[in-house]
Amino acid sequence: MTWYVSRRFLQLIPVFLGATLLVYFLVFSLPGDATAAICGERGCTPAVVTALREQYNLDEPFWIQYLLYLKGVLTFDLGTNFSGRPIAVIIAEVFPTTAKLAVMALIFEAIFGIVFGLIAGLRKGKLFDSTVLVLSLVVIAVPIFVLGFLMQFLIGVKLGWTNPTVSGDATVSELILPAVVLGLVSFAYVLRLTRTSILENVKADYVRTATAKGLSRKRVVVVHILRNSMIPVVTFLGADLGTLMGGAIVTEGIFNVNGVGLTLYRAVLNGDGPTVVSIVTFLILIFCLANLLVDLLYAWLDPRIRYA
Amino acid sequence: MSSTLGNDGITEVRTAPSEVRPLLELKDLAITFDTANGEVPAVRNAHLTVMPGETVAIVGESGSGKSTTALAAIGLLPGNGRVSGGSILFDGEDITNASEKRIVELRGSSIGMVPQDPMSNLNPVWKIGFQVRETLRANGLPYSTQDVAKVLSEAGLPDAESRANQYPHEFSGGMRQRALIAIGLSCRPRLLIADEPTSALDVTVQRQILDHLDRMTDELGTAVLLITHDLGLAAERAHKVIVMYKGQVVEAGPALELLTNPRHPYTQKLVASAPSIASRRIESAKKLGVATDDLLAPSAEKADAKDKVIEVKDLTKVFKIRGSWGKSTDFTAVDNVSFSIARGTTTAVVGESGSGKSTVARMVLGLETATAGDIRFDGVDITTLGRKELFNFRRRVQPIFQDPYGSLDPMYNIYRTIEEPLRVHGIGNAKSREKKVRELLDQVALPSSMMQRFPNELSGGQRQRVAIARALALDPEVVICDEAVSALDVLVQAQILNLLADLQAELGLSYLFITHDLAVVRQIADHVAVMEKGKLVEQGSTDEVFDSPKTAYTQSLLAAIPGAGLVLPPEAA
Amino acid sequence: MPELDNNLKTAGRVKTSAYPIEHFVADIDETPVRATDSATAEGAPSSLWREAWRSLRRQPLFLISAVLILAILVVALFPGLFTNEPPNSNCLLANSDGGPAPGHPLGFTQQGCDILSRVVHGTQSSLTVGLFATLGVLVIGGLIGALAGFFGGWVDAILARVGDIFFALPLILGAIVVVQLPFFQQNRNVWTLVVILVSFGWPQIARITRAAVIEVRNADFVMAARSLGVSPMSALIKHVIPNALAPVIVIATISLGTFIVAESTLSFLGIGLPPDVMSWGNDIFSAKSSLRSNPSAIFWPGLALSLTVLSFIMLGDALRDALDPKARKR
Repeated sequence: MTWYVSRRFLQLIPVFLGATLLVYFLVFSLPGDATAAICGERGCTPAVVTALREQYNLDEPFWIQYLLYLKGVLTFDLGTNFSGRPIAVIIAEVFPTTAKLAVMALIFEAIFGIVFGLIAGLRKGKLFDSTVLVLSLVVIAVPIFVLGFLMQFLIGVKLGWTNPTVSGDATVSELILPAVVLGLVSFAYVLRLTRTSILENVKADYVRTATAKGLSRKRVVVVHILRNSMIPVVTFLGADLGTLMGGAIVTEGIFNVNGVGLTLYRAVLNGDGPTVVSIVTFLILIFCLANLLVDLLYAWLDPRIRYA
Repeated sequence: MSSTLGNDGITEVRTAPSEVRPLLELKDLAITFDTANGEVPAVRNAHLTVMPGETVAIVGESGSGKSTTALAAIGLLPGNGRVSGGSILFDGEDITNASEKRIVELRGSSIGMVPQDPMSNLNPVWKIGFQVRETLRANGLPYSTQDVAKVLSEAGLPDAESRANQYPHEFSGGMRQRALIAIGLSCRPRLLIADEPTSALDVTVQRQILDHLDRMTDELGTAVLLITHDLGLAAERAHKVIVMYKGQVVEAGPALELLTNPRHPYTQKLVASAPSIASRRIESAKKLGVATDDLLAPSAEKADAKDKVIEVKDLTKVFKIRGSWGKSTDFTAVDNVSFSIARGTTTAVVGESGSGKSTVARMVLGLETATAGDIRFDGVDITTLGRKELFNFRRRVQPIFQDPYGSLDPMYNIYRTIEEPLRVHGIGNAKSREKKVRELLDQVALPSSMMQRFPNELSGGQRQRVAIARALALDPEVVICDEAVSALDVLVQAQILNLLADLQAELGLSYLFITHDLAVVRQIADHVAVMEKGKLVEQGSTDEVFDSPKTAYTQSLLAAIPGAGLVLPPEAA
Repeated sequence: MPELDNNLKTAGRVKTSAYPIEHFVADIDETPVRATDSATAEGAPSSLWREAWRSLRRQPLFLISAVLILAILVVALFPGLFTNEPPNSNCLLANSDGGPAPGHPLGFTQQGCDILSRVVHGTQSSLTVGLFATLGVLVIGGLIGALAGFFGGWVDAILARVGDIFFALPLILGAIVVVQLPFFQQNRNVWTLVVILVSFGWPQIARITRAAVIEVRNADFVMAARSLGVSPMSALIKHVIPNALAPVIVIATISLGTFIVAESTLSFLGIGLPPDVMSWGNDIFSAKSSLRSNPSAIFWPGLALSLTVLSFIMLGDALRDALDPKARKR
């Protein structure tokens, strides 16, 4: 177990380094002046350019630049944005809202996805199953911004059940609609994954043996079918937590949620290079941690891995 | 009727058999499956009775409906199957259409089950103890840790208390099967359905487990409905044998009677083909008029050393296994193995799983490099061959693999499959190749109309024939059969073995036969090498090894052949 | 070996029952013994592809998606058949946010453009991006995945790590970083977008291909081919890849939909295709400010986009059912 976890952890380090290197390389080493890249289309004043060259050690060789940048990341010194505010502080300000949104979306997709998937899987080929299957395809197909506007228009504007946009406080009740929109696509995936997994397990030999032992149907379903089917589902949910935190750009944009995604989007529109790089680095870190979480969950759920 | 089963309580019941009603009775049972192509009848007019304490075996090939029949008795037909006629009586009660509640009551406590594959029948995420405990609990029995341990140790699991805290993947196949037997018998059912309980295990383990199951059911007075494909095993273990063929019961009767006096043509074929009973060298070659001396192993032994087509000397293969923290340990799969194959004869390498026999085959085929030792083909060491020489060597040694479903490329039709070796080696033109493919199909007794078909349209035996035709396309001298008949049904197996013997006589082929099945060895081999855990423990001519095995391991292997101990009048075989 | 002695002793026994056992023989005419090992020989030979096609034809999901995709292709290739308006013209501010009018069944956008015309003309760019990005990931990801899976060893290890690195950078996020670079801002068009999507999208196909190849690599028929003298490379091309194709085709079909979504998302964020290229994402981007007053300007391009993506995802789902090797083995 210790071996497994440590190995997984060690494997993450090169992934994190590689991904940040990739981002850093893309922004600072592609054709064109790096400061132009940071300044974006609007361009910078010569004073700013000089400051930038210094801040990003652009006069050093590439490797040194990257290492110095990495040192900054590891000491939470992410530099400052155009207005001179420390980026680390900005992230610390907006991250709690994004985290709240992501966790709410996760809870929504987990509960509804697993319950619907379980029912559909146990009633394969019945009306409920086929309806849910087609609907889940529709949910996956409709892009999140179309879905978001639709929900915002119907529930926020037409029905007036909630505010169409979220206030600066971002209370839990305000976040319900954005969280549902954010979690909807993953909900469809969780549902389909649960269903497939249930179908596979229903046919498993050990389920038949459990039935032959004289267990009640309910116990067979809960203890043997559902428990085993949860392995891939929980794995997916763990990885999805990372995606939800990073993938909230569109949702946060539509509902005006002041989170990491919206900050990143504004930085992109403003051509605020340093902020873009820092936030993407931060999100890569989140993905890596989410993957580690998945590995731990996997080991916890599947004893074959735990003792490997 | 004298009972040899000894137990007092049971003997008492048996003194008045006429008053006892059958424990399980199937009357005119019909089972239908709903498939995409409509309703498919799986079982028709199945009749069978199991008396209390009696062991009844259902014997049949795959697809005969034997498992389906037994599973219907405990309400475990797959979702698309249903009883479409007849009735199932358990202890006089009609349970054909019993409520789900009643069936759940009966399962476990009145009818237990031991399933086929120990690898897939235990839930991998729960500890063994948990899986025993929930059985006891569901059937209203005490389920303390001691109770669980007791149940497990009764099934012959050593160290039961600590074993109960382990997960299935920490158990060997034999131990898992013991755990499954423990579960099946834990609630003292009156009937145990044992569905091929040991067919996935090595023969020696199989024998131990069947012996234990026998003892336990005898002691408990449990009736057993044993499903098996092995007539020898059925005859040895059951009071009564029922033969099923294509969903119907074709013959039923006392075990010995059925073996010695089979009356239905199908049973007669089955008895004649069962390798465990017809343990004799297939004599096709003699019929073709080849001098017997050439074939008998002792003379082959004496033959000139030059006539050894393959000589394996001190062959060793070590695998590195990666362990925790990057440490790697050496695993010696093949340890100093030496044997040889005389031209035109068959040498069998026998062993249980993990004995290293398949690794030997792969090294002789040049698909795996040897760690040490040499393999001489016609006097040339193949372990040192260059690329080009190896390519030419491949023409002379060809394999036939175990799984007829896996050894043919599903995207290639039969013609392309058999033609491929000719094309790869640039032999002939399109026209001459087609002629050769037709000849080859003829040799393996397949119609040339098969040429345009794809493997998925063929039966297992036909696929194996195609694989043989492909192996013969390059006119090899040696054919390496890696468990080539193990996946086939008994009758098909007998056909393929006959075909191989005919081809050997006709073409003077030498075979290296890798198998776990000693009964098959007796039918086909001249020379036997027995492997255990990577080491060669015994070798000699087939008759020597079978009649006077020298090592204890070979003796136990031989004793474990199902039906080996049955003494039959010679004409029965 | 006491266990062995025991075995030998019990081995000679045949069980006899306490109950009388009748010797039953079924009526031989009713249970004829057929020739051993016969298989069907009637009908035309059918390969796995043909069988997959046969089962596909019966699937409603496949039929619906195939019809939809054909329709979408016709719209993309011949937009003139569906609207009289030439692309990017006749936008009169007088018509701003106008409702349906004669000749303009779907109404007008905020800029006063005919919505129908924009939706019809937008089909081409979305489809081009989706199609070529999919082709790109198939070639790059498929090649890398197949080599890694087949040869294993250090090639596999390196490629696996590189794939992991790209995996930590999701498609949209990676695309955002690259797209905002001046180099791309100055060269915003369909083809640069395809390049960006391919460079962040290939690891998924590589993973799928690798897994499929590994599964086939160890099959006996590959071993049989090797022992016939077939070289590793031609075994890979002739035996392994054809048999590993099914899951790759399924995922590629689905990712076609995913790439269309990615393109429209980037355009929607205002950093994808330039505003003068007609695309659904751009339409939704420019209509979002007037959501309350003119929802149909978002609704119609949104519907077109969703239907297109849905048909590719449905097609992928139907293909998965038809090509699933588990379902094939009866």
